[in-house]
Amino acid sequence: MRIQIRYFASLREALGAQETIGVDAGTTLGALRDQLIARGGEHARCLARGRAVRSALDQVMADDTAPLHDGAEVAFFPPVTGG
Amino acid sequence: MPPSTVTIQQADFDLSAEVAALRDGDAQVGAVASFIGTVRDRSDGSSVWAMELEHYPGMTERAIEAMVDEARRRFHIRGVRVIHRVGALMPRDQIVLVVVTSAHRHDAFQACEFLMDYLKTQAPFWKKETTPDGARWVDARQADDAALARWGLKLDNAV
Repeated sequence: MRIQIRYFASLREALGAQETIGVDAGTTLGALRDQLIARGGEHARCLARGRAVRSALDQVMADDTAPLHDGAEVAFFPPVTGG
Repeated sequence: MPPSTVTIQQADFDLSAEVAALRDGDAQVGAVASFIGTVRDRSDGSSVWAMELEHYPGMTERAIEAMVDEARRRFHIRGVRVIHRVGALMPRDQIVLVVVTSAHRHDAFQACEFLMDYLKTQAPFWKKETTPDGARWVDARQADDAALARWGLKLDNAV
């Protein structure tokens, strides 16, 4: 299935604003993060486990357990600092 | 019931005009509470010359509207107006406005503070400061998570 990934703030600067990739059916948000880390380089550094990275699925905050679906919009970003 | 309106914009806002619009035609309002956040010229020990605010279009509005829905479940409130600016800002500029109307002051005060505590840790905005040493992304504060936890919401952001 195809999903869109969006990055914001410091992650956007390092990884680009967005990309579309194919993933296996049944992939969770956490498994997707691990796949991106496995690319190495900037993805491994920016998304490393232990770093404060928040995520959203279809524009709602979501955690690693969230199952992805075809056409999903996933986003990774640093802790938010508005207000 | 007066509306809840959330706007993300680059332009500045006018408190008096927003309060007047929210109160317009609603004679049940007996209390208006408002909060304005502004840009400081110092942060973490260094001067701040300018600030850039990024957000996640679409998610930002949805997230804040969900917060307003939660505020309506918790407090007896009437109108809600939220404006958050994005883009380039300078010290002393206004960043965010929350206005809540209600019949009595307690609910207006409480809902206004609840909405700000929620927004600080759950709405997708990011601040980048320009300082004499260069530009830097602002770090999230655990104190803001603690502020939201006071309302019984354990939704960590900074850690």
